[in-house]
Amino acid sequence: MDGVLLRSLTPEVIAVLVRRGADFAAAEDAVQEALIEALRTWPERAPRDPKGWLVTVAWRKFLDAVRADASRRLREQRVVAEPSPGLGPGGDDSLQLYFLCAHPYLTPSSAVALTLRAVGGLTTGQIARAYLVGEATMAQRISRAKRTVAGIPLDQPGDVATVLRVLYLVFNEGYSGELDLAAEAIRLTRQLAARIDHQEVAGLLALMLLHHARRSARTRSDGSLVPLAEQDRGLWDTRLIAEGVEVLQRALARDRLGEYQAQAAIAALHADARTAEETDWVQIVEWYDELVRLTDSPVARLNRAVAVGEADGPRAGLAALASLDPTLPRHTAAAAYLHERDGDRAAAARLYAEAARQAPNLPERDHLTLQAARLNTALRR
Amino acid sequence: MAKYLLLKHYRGAPTGVNDVPMDQWTPGEISAHLKYMDDFAARLEETGEYIDGQALSPEGTWVRYDGEGRPPVTDGPFAETKDLIAGWMVLDVDSYDRALELAGELSAAPGAGGRPIHEWLELRPFLAVHPTVTE
Repeated sequence: MDGVLLRSLTPEVIAVLVRRGADFAAAEDAVQEALIEALRTWPERAPRDPKGWLVTVAWRKFLDAVRADASRRLREQRVVAEPSPGLGPGGDDSLQLYFLCAHPYLTPSSAVALTLRAVGGLTTGQIARAYLVGEATMAQRISRAKRTVAGIPLDQPGDVATVLRVLYLVFNEGYSGELDLAAEAIRLTRQLAARIDHQEVAGLLALMLLHHARRSARTRSDGSLVPLAEQDRGLWDTRLIAEGVEVLQRALARDRLGEYQAQAAIAALHADARTAEETDWVQIVEWYDELVRLTDSPVARLNRAVAVGEADGPRAGLAALASLDPTLPRHTAAAAYLHERDGDRAAAARLYAEAARQAPNLPERDHLTLQAARLNTALRR
Repeated sequence: MAKYLLLKHYRGAPTGVNDVPMDQWTPGEISAHLKYMDDFAARLEETGEYIDGQALSPEGTWVRYDGEGRPPVTDGPFAETKDLIAGWMVLDVDSYDRALELAGELSAAPGAGGRPIHEWLELRPFLAVHPTVTE
């Protein structure tokens, strides 16, 4: 059975039910039930028309649910008698679902969960396991999210930026267990890019493709991290890089720069370098300047300082770093790196150990501890 | 079956036998240690005795209620706090002896010089949710 096909049909099937008069929450529930039935029965007997099958089964589930609720009897009669379109004619229904599931009323975690279920076609169980929470917790989060957006008409124009933030969050969650969230985020961003012509959607898609291309080089078999400069570039996925660069170039040609395009441009410059030494750091610093201008983000400034350290030498990098808030995440790690480049191994070792204590996750902590240990071991010799 | 919480401390436990800060080990010793811990957890998952394990950041904040309509008061982290938990593992095992055996095994993880760290771990039984029928 083609799980990706099944998932990609989900938003279209929800849209059909909504067009027939079901409200979003009920339609989404019914399609989820149909999905679960498909996962159970399709491996043995796949339908010839998967979408038709899903619509039929989901609609039956919807009617069952309406009938089961006696207080809704009147509404059932009305719905069946005169379907009232919830979506505008000719509009792209699936696109409206993207906007609804990323609605600014939703918290980030709710928007992520709802997007993965209603747009991504994942089951509650799959989403729960990917985020390492219980299934009951995730079910509750999704039903609360649906209540939050219950009154919002589906035909309202939405804000692409909120959708992109949600997809970016999913992408950054990466991979844990059975479900590859980064791949799901790419799939959903691809679908979005096919539905809407927007330079930042293309920018985000390019960014994801370029980062994803390096994934197998980024960790060793034991899970430890490999910094960009030490990665085996032969492991980079050249097909994804080529696609990412092409998507990015088309976006940049429109001359409407945004933060995702700028980040993708930086990723593309790294991808261009056959060895770490060949990296065009001067151009990367220029892109970071753009990124700082676009976002005024302290994280962009921190990354810029590291790039300055590569372009103009570690002293210049340390000077750029000195003007930033030292409590910024990864500030200490960046200082450690630049001090080592500057030849001060004792300071670097001390800072790496300190950075390890501040690390936000275990792989980074282990990596930073190893850097401190490497330097301390060399200093003892 | 009984559930136990196995606690690892940054501070507050008695000093272990081979107590050297990790950044003073060699990279190889760190890798061996991390592999030992991973293998330990993987083995417990296989035997069906592993429930959960998490590591905690050394940085935390103290928080308390400060009255109606006011934001909670925060303070710390306090450098003088004696007890600082580094992480936990929740086990579901047949007996107290089995819990002790596993804790001992975890404490034998290799450290500086490749020798066991002999770290003190704290083993705490969960209070059961259901009453025991005694009549």
